[in-house]
Amino acid sequence: MFAHRHLLGIEQLSPSDISQILDLADGYVELNRQPEKRVAKLRGRTQINLFYEASTRTQASFELAGKRLGADVMNMAVQVSSVRKGETLIDTALTLNAMHPDLLVVRHQNSGAVALLSEKVNCAVLNAGDGRHEHPTQALLDALTIRRRKGRLQRLTIAICGDIANSRVARSNILCLNKMENRVRVIAPPTLLPSGVERFGVEVFTDMEEGLKGCDVVMMLRIQNERLTGAAVPSTREYFHRWGLTAEKLALAREDAIVMHPGPMNRGVEIDAEVADDLNRSVIREQVEMGVAVRMAVLELLAANLEDAA
Amino acid sequence: MTSPPIIFTNARLIDPGTGYDGPGGLRVAGGVIEDVVRGGAEAADGADVVDCGGHVLAPGIVDMRVFVGEPGARHRESFRSAGEAAAAGGVTSFVAQPETDPPLDDPALVQFVLARAREAAHVRVHTMAALTRGLGGADMTEQQFLLDAGAVALTDGDHAVADAKVMRACMAYSRATGALIVHHPQEPSLSRGACATSGEFASRLGLTSVPAIAERMMLERDLTLAESTGARYHADMISTEAALSPLARAKEAGLSVTAGVSIHHLTLNEFDIADYRSFFKLAPPLRAEADREAVAEAMAGGLIDVIVSSHLPQDEEAKRLPFEEAAVGAVGLETFLPACLRLVHDGRLSLTRLFECAALTPAKILGLPGGRLEKGAPADLVLFDPDAPFVLDRWQLRARSKNTPFDRQRMQGRVLGTWVGGHRVFEG
Repeated sequence: MFAHRHLLGIEQLSPSDISQILDLADGYVELNRQPEKRVAKLRGRTQINLFYEASTRTQASFELAGKRLGADVMNMAVQVSSVRKGETLIDTALTLNAMHPDLLVVRHQNSGAVALLSEKVNCAVLNAGDGRHEHPTQALLDALTIRRRKGRLQRLTIAICGDIANSRVARSNILCLNKMENRVRVIAPPTLLPSGVERFGVEVFTDMEEGLKGCDVVMMLRIQNERLTGAAVPSTREYFHRWGLTAEKLALAREDAIVMHPGPMNRGVEIDAEVADDLNRSVIREQVEMGVAVRMAVLELLAANLEDAA
Repeated sequence: MTSPPIIFTNARLIDPGTGYDGPGGLRVAGGVIEDVVRGGAEAADGADVVDCGGHVLAPGIVDMRVFVGEPGARHRESFRSAGEAAAAGGVTSFVAQPETDPPLDDPALVQFVLARAREAAHVRVHTMAALTRGLGGADMTEQQFLLDAGAVALTDGDHAVADAKVMRACMAYSRATGALIVHHPQEPSLSRGACATSGEFASRLGLTSVPAIAERMMLERDLTLAESTGARYHADMISTEAALSPLARAKEAGLSVTAGVSIHHLTLNEFDIADYRSFFKLAPPLRAEADREAVAEAMAGGLIDVIVSSHLPQDEEAKRLPFEEAAVGAVGLETFLPACLRLVHDGRLSLTRLFECAALTPAKILGLPGGRLEKGAPADLVLFDPDAPFVLDRWQLRARSKNTPFDRQRMQGRVLGTWVGGHRVFEG
């Protein structure tokens, strides 16, 4: 039983919801490896991808997920549409709603914007990232990757490193991994830690070597270039020196520790190319594969809860 | 103003001037209070009689911080609609803020606003004028001319004057003009772009935030300047616990310093923004519960002097946006009393202290008559039932903009009547 109308964040999900999504996604991983990848679960359904922030991989992943389930998928190019002419989010939502979509996938630069939109439409809304708040499908695909690699999604020590303060991926992952009863660490310069982070149920490290010791999973985050010029960190090279993941630092983690990254990566900034491309440790490309499967699972579960009268 | 004599009988009088809270009545004639009777009510002899039915009769509220959209944004609030909202809320005097379009930095604009208000509003309207030209924070305005035109104080409203040299000049110069300098104590380099208070909660919501210390930092600067210049200074809104000890020290040192707090910061906290409801987006942002409690206690205990509504009307469009992009502010004239009564019903505040902060002290600070029930005082009165329960429906508000955070909340306290200069301006 998946009793949700929308997927707005990990916060609203129970551990059993998360397991249910991952179980279903496991099946889609297999399907996606077959020559015939289509099922008719969403036949007749309309999915609109509304991305206020440019995104290649997340949008492509949602598009592919919808199409493989048989939905009609439309991408709204917000950058060139009426939004540029000053139309508000709510008016755009009402306009789209009149076209009777069944599933609306939304990414927006403001925290809470996707929840606001979900109050104004009759369809299921999927949060594809809202500001610094949540990015639930990223956390779910990370969870699936970990579960498949480690054989379990509990009692693991997982370090999340980088720009925690501005990362919705970090927030969703902290929520998800805590709900599944793991030990979560965050590693970042003090200027990139959100205030009150010590009350998130995580262990906080500013020393990367300390934080990596004994970890099963090392999750790196992308850092925006504009934060590396003195605003939060003095320079790229100092950041890489202290918080960039290198083979030497990774050696402090468990021998079988895996390395993750939500992409796109900045090689030589937050992660050394040698580590990123080490097929024994890096599961970064696997994460992309899991992304399509997890999104198929979520789309299917939400579509099953749609009222056909809408 | 002349009006027929009125006798108020059977009231529970609240007089912050003397601290009296007990049965009694009033005789009003010629727009002023002619006699105050404590205990048994006197007989009526040919005058209009208002039987108060045992409800509270108190001096009308004097609200020091009200934004009106004239000139420039009448669609948000006009003096007529603000006046109606004030009367319905038991506010008999309010002070308009200079953040208009154009801002009130010129004596002619001050005169225009006061003339418009006299024509359109049935309550007493005063105005503050800008402290710096164009609210730009760079050049001081003509303090003397602005005061002569009728401004009761000088402020840049929500704009904090970042430049200490400019602020120092304004405060030093005010010793010659006698102007009251009202400032918004927020360090703007920290608060710019922020829409929540830094902490676990804002971090979980992923909202841009300002540390609570931004208030203390600016307040400490201002108090240092007040000490060195001898200016009369009023901090418009204190909302954090950290700002209280500098304020207490300044008062102990005998500086001419006062401070206010808004009805929202007295009754709401940061958890109220949980659903990203833009009606809870305020400046300064809502604080932690410990801060709310501390400022409420400081107000009840005498450290904070004044309660304001910080009435800031915003149209529907400005609030129908994601939280971070929505406009700040909330209307408050009509919710002033029921909001404050929450503290009274919680046993945290007496009615006499409430009216000291809401009527007597603001009147004193601004040099206005009123705020007390005594012979010769203006007959600006509010009659209300402090217990009457209701669920607030924002569409029933008289203010032109309906952006109240109390929408659909349970409130207690209904205004039954408001009189200004002996004229009844509201009947509830």
